[in-house]
Amino acid sequence: MSTRIDAARAAEAERASDQPSAPESGNRLVFLDGILAKRGYQKSELIGVLQDIQEAYHYLPEDLLTYAAIALGLKPATVYGVATFYAQFSLEPKGKYVVRICDGTACHVRGSMAVLSAVRKKLKLADGKATTPDRMFTVEVVRCLGACSIAPAMVINDQVHPNLTPEAAGLIVDTLMKRGSDGEATEALPAATKETQR
Amino acid sequence: MIDSVLDLFHEQQRHAAAHTDARPRLLVCAGTGCVAGGSLQLYQALSRLAEAGGLAEVQMANHECDCASPAVTRTGCQGLCARGPLVQVEPAGLTYTQVRPEDAEEIFTATLRGEVVERLLYRDPATGEPYSSSTSLPDRTDRTDRSYPVSPFYRKQRKLVLANCGRIDPERIEAYLAAGGYRALAKALTEMTPEQVCQEVLASGLRGRGGAGFPTGKKWEFVRTNPDPVKYVVCNGDEGDPGAFMNGSLMEGDPHRVLEGLIIAGYAQGATNGIFYVRAEYPLAVRRLKIAIAQAEEFGLLGDNIMGTDLSFHVKFKEGAGAFVCGEETALMASVEGKRGMPRPKPPFPAVSGLWGHPTTINNVETLSHLPNIVLNGAGWFKSIGTPNSPGTKTFALTGKINNTGLVEVPLGTTLRDMVYEIGGGIPEGKAFKAVQIGGPSGGCLTEQHLDLGLDFDSLQTAGAMVGSGGLVVMDEDNCIVEVARFFMQFIQSESCGKCVACREGTKQMLALLQKIVDGQGTEADLALLEEVALVVKDASLCGLGKTAANPVLSTLRYFREEYLAHVRDRRCPAHACQAYKEYYIDAEKCTGCMRCARACPAGAITGEKRMPHVIDQEKCARCGACLDTCRFGAVEER
Repeated sequence: MSTRIDAARAAEAERASDQPSAPESGNRLVFLDGILAKRGYQKSELIGVLQDIQEAYHYLPEDLLTYAAIALGLKPATVYGVATFYAQFSLEPKGKYVVRICDGTACHVRGSMAVLSAVRKKLKLADGKATTPDRMFTVEVVRCLGACSIAPAMVINDQVHPNLTPEAAGLIVDTLMKRGSDGEATEALPAATKETQR
Repeated sequence: MIDSVLDLFHEQQRHAAAHTDARPRLLVCAGTGCVAGGSLQLYQALSRLAEAGGLAEVQMANHECDCASPAVTRTGCQGLCARGPLVQVEPAGLTYTQVRPEDAEEIFTATLRGEVVERLLYRDPATGEPYSSSTSLPDRTDRTDRSYPVSPFYRKQRKLVLANCGRIDPERIEAYLAAGGYRALAKALTEMTPEQVCQEVLASGLRGRGGAGFPTGKKWEFVRTNPDPVKYVVCNGDEGDPGAFMNGSLMEGDPHRVLEGLIIAGYAQGATNGIFYVRAEYPLAVRRLKIAIAQAEEFGLLGDNIMGTDLSFHVKFKEGAGAFVCGEETALMASVEGKRGMPRPKPPFPAVSGLWGHPTTINNVETLSHLPNIVLNGAGWFKSIGTPNSPGTKTFALTGKINNTGLVEVPLGTTLRDMVYEIGGGIPEGKAFKAVQIGGPSGGCLTEQHLDLGLDFDSLQTAGAMVGSGGLVVMDEDNCIVEVARFFMQFIQSESCGKCVACREGTKQMLALLQKIVDGQGTEADLALLEEVALVVKDASLCGLGKTAANPVLSTLRYFREEYLAHVRDRRCPAHACQAYKEYYIDAEKCTGCMRCARACPAGAITGEKRMPHVIDQEKCARCGACLDTCRFGAVEER
């Protein structure tokens, strides 16, 4: 199904062009100032500011948190409190592929935990670790994604994979692992759907 | 730009003309489930065909205005997610299921010729009889040429808030206008005073669809009569219950209806500021609502002097950041203010002191979506649907071990039996129905004895459950009820904000006790302790999350005590689901004596000579299942 890959590529390209590029050093603070200005330096916009930082860097770097705190007139501890309260935020860098396995009720009763252990096993993740040492994959368990009718589901970088079995999830991860770090899609992702219907 | 009510009617007529002619239309579902199944590729394929010839020309010939609707339309959730991707053919009233992009050409040609692609029709799983789609839509009742019976999935549904969902393009305000959108707002602004709108909603008996079922009109009255010039109305789109996606689908499928509801709510209460609070896990809903807001502003339906009247109403958008407790209204307000989403004691109620100290009303997405219909058709009409104490319809997300998973809307008071066996199409693989979890982690379970119970606010309360937001997760004989209770407790425990002791510590203790039972270490004394802790947490917690945290435990103990006892007394799991109670055996016939399992066993429980059948010592076995995973010959059995 090359159309699927085309669509995924198009979406990725769109995201990349949409996003202001996130500088790695030097003018990081200038970049953050842009975000803060866009949000009017309002205290009530703190969550939005953190969301913007996370979108650019895929996690919340400590120096940016401190800077945001000072710029908004908040204590760094308050910002840290907010950053750690909400599940969306991460203080640790994440992998290239963020695998989010849904463990909402519907996914749970349809076997999402077996999917999780299959994926973790495939990636050889040690207990208590979420990200692989090569920083290619981060595996997260998330609360309901709202995809209950196609349970169990997992989302890898915004693409939803429906009706999984442990084997199907393993195959998808395998394919991504083969792609390696060059990021080039050499092989289509296997259709994960188990034939439950008809 | 719509400057007056007259303008609105002109716009509506213009767009309605483009939408209601007899020209065939293909509606491709672009809800979350169908998109995951590849419906966007299907949409592209159909659009290419339409552009290449055929329908595009028909369209040009019929419409000289610039508002021609495309012959191929993306819509919100059409409901029958289990069979997605879905395509509806209008005006024939057909639903094609499990459509692949490869099917595009066949569908397209057949539709042009007025033919039916029979192989793609939804069929009865038992008889194979082909079905057509809904009759519950107003303009379909007079259709006489239908040659297929209506699918049981649609037969008992009544779509009011979901009327447009799955029928119109949610990203085009023209489509909503053509369907009569914003007419209720026009009526409220020109024919009714704010007080009259409040009275109408109060008289309609509309109860909050977010969970507790508090009368919406009563809530409004407090804010309306408050003299503070600054007031806020908030749309609560933080649908965090696992197993619920109704609000998400509604925001994705008909965002303008939610927006119109919010503006009406603002007018009725004298608020000029509206806020959408939507969870970030619903990126599609966020995107479509933002589009809807921009379009409404452009059309003069939002902003200053709406439709040339004195009403000014401005809307802000806030994305949640992943915290279940933010569905609670005081926590939600803290989050809107940019703080940690922690609840505070009430009073003062938000109606007195809410956002930044001003009077604030927080209404659920679905509650707001009912408002346009109530304003247009009156309280009497609304009361004629549903039960006397719970009027109107309610959306439910039907999921779990059920054939027709999907999004449904039924009058309140519909029985559980109709939900599970008629609309839901029964349990897959001929398994036995065990229970339904309703209302998410704050709700309770319903069992076989409740099958003929009508689903409404009061009868569910009596049964120890609640409507909640409306997630219905069906469980069959393979689901262990203790494990499900543990699952909910784990959810609540990790989502507890930690502010009050009862919830923070109580949920932790309950989780530990449930884990102990699931792990095969529980005793009968643990059951008693579990019940005691549950009651304390229920009584002593600060907010709704804590007060209802014990519900899954209490309700499963009430209806499935035998199953708990089987775990702690007989040391067995009747559903054969809990790992700790599983037993592994090696089939001597199949075992080749390769010794892989013996090497894999962490407990050293497997013994045997090379090339001879091996044996598992049940005393030493840690029930990890490693042997099952490593055996290449299928010789290990799990019981």
